[in-house]
Amino acid sequence: MKTKWIVLWAIIVRELRRFLQQRSRFFGALVRPLIWLMVFAAGFRAALGIAITPPYETYITYDVYIVPGLVGMVQLFNGMQNSLSMVYDREMGSMRVLLTSPQPLPFLLFARLFAGMCVSLLQVYAFLLIARLSGVDLPWNGFLSVLPALVLTGLMLGAAGMVVSSQVRQIENFAGVMNFVVFPVFFLSSALYPLWKMQEGSEWVYQLCRFNPFTDAVEMIRFALYGQWDSAAASHTVIATAVCLTLALLGYRPRQRA
Amino acid sequence: MSAALAIEALSHRYGERLALDQVSLTVEAGQCCILLGPNGAGKSTLFGLLSRLLAVKSGRITVFGQPLQAAALSRVGVVFQQSTLDLDLTVEQNLSYFGALHGMHGKALAQRIGEELERLDLAARRRDRVRDLNGGHRRRVEIARALLHRPALLLLDEPTVGLDLPSRQFLIGHLHRLVRNEGLALLWATHLIDEIDAQHDHVALLHRGRLLASGAVAPLLAEAGCADLAGWFDLRTGAVS
Repeated sequence: MKTKWIVLWAIIVRELRRFLQQRSRFFGALVRPLIWLMVFAAGFRAALGIAITPPYETYITYDVYIVPGLVGMVQLFNGMQNSLSMVYDREMGSMRVLLTSPQPLPFLLFARLFAGMCVSLLQVYAFLLIARLSGVDLPWNGFLSVLPALVLTGLMLGAAGMVVSSQVRQIENFAGVMNFVVFPVFFLSSALYPLWKMQEGSEWVYQLCRFNPFTDAVEMIRFALYGQWDSAAASHTVIATAVCLTLALLGYRPRQRA
Repeated sequence: MSAALAIEALSHRYGERLALDQVSLTVEAGQCCILLGPNGAGKSTLFGLLSRLLAVKSGRITVFGQPLQAAALSRVGVVFQQSTLDLDLTVEQNLSYFGALHGMHGKALAQRIGEELERLDLAARRRDRVRDLNGGHRRRVEIARALLHRPALLLLDEPTVGLDLPSRQFLIGHLHRLVRNEGLALLWATHLIDEIDAQHDHVALLHRGRLLASGAVAPLLAEAGCADLAGWFDLRTGAVS
């Protein structure tokens, strides 16, 4: 058991080292949601009011509404970045070092997933801190209560990224995959607009949003930021994580992974 | 005593194409077995199977008598043809990461890293980023890494490709010393005949997925009536060595 902890810690440290050395990746991860928050949300702030719906107990401004969605965006992009990193590692060969260690494959993949999730936490907390300091009304205690939701979301989106990486054979194909995966997942969710607003606009878009696991993740984060736990969203996220992990394991079986 | 590596009737297909056909080979402790073969002979497929990157579907591989499962890899070191170092990390960080994957940690790991870097004349580069090393030094780091957990069997897939002569000679000398002095078993894939120590090494010749011959060099040459390995290689494969 001790060996497993040593391996897990080594993989986390490696991913954090790589992330912190790639400063452009760190700033890129922050700039994207901050632009949405400062530009997009500021523009809509006057035009779009959000009615009182749980977990909010009063009317909120649009920039408050959009923060959980942008947190999800940070983790979504990190999951895909992690996936790209796995394709890169496979092409450059360093994935082989991991896969030829005397540890069971499911444990190695989980350790890699967990390490990617830890990297996403760094990005999310940096984003939340900047958002809070720039005037977005977020409760300070939400920084702690949101942690379990962030862990779960990070694992789900990381596992989804692993599924993608197990199927993408060449790094050149990755940009196309990103467009096909990231944008539909993000826009067809409650990240930018409440679901009831979607339903007013289009029933089928609403249904797509409802069954998008990313919607559950965003709602789970939204509630957790205010110290509440959305059990339905959390259980859907757990199921989606389990499905993605299983698919990733199948994708990385030895016959396919050389 | 069980062989360090025993391969029995190993076959592998990529779809319809048969890449390995009933290959059987044994490598004993303290033996350097050079796996010769022209490009496309099946060497990399064999290494993929030996390192568990490919699944064995037909045939059997044992390491010191144990079936080749994840745990058995703790006795095996692998150096792939393609570099597998993390360029953005330092030499020490690369080695620490690998050591931890094998359950090593703390002072014992730091000491092992120091020992291996010393033996490969890399101690001064310990804190340099791998990106800043030349090809020969990167290869040395890969070999230090593969030996870090004290494997009893080392698999090398064309480790000297792209290296200049002094770097090649250094690595060849170092690896042969490990076999002679420490009883390491070595399976070394190459297509460079001058890397073979004809006095001591064993040779296995792979061609179009089939093992054409294996054994000590002198009997193989005598049997084929050849004066040297280059002539023997050409005769058996029809290739230009």
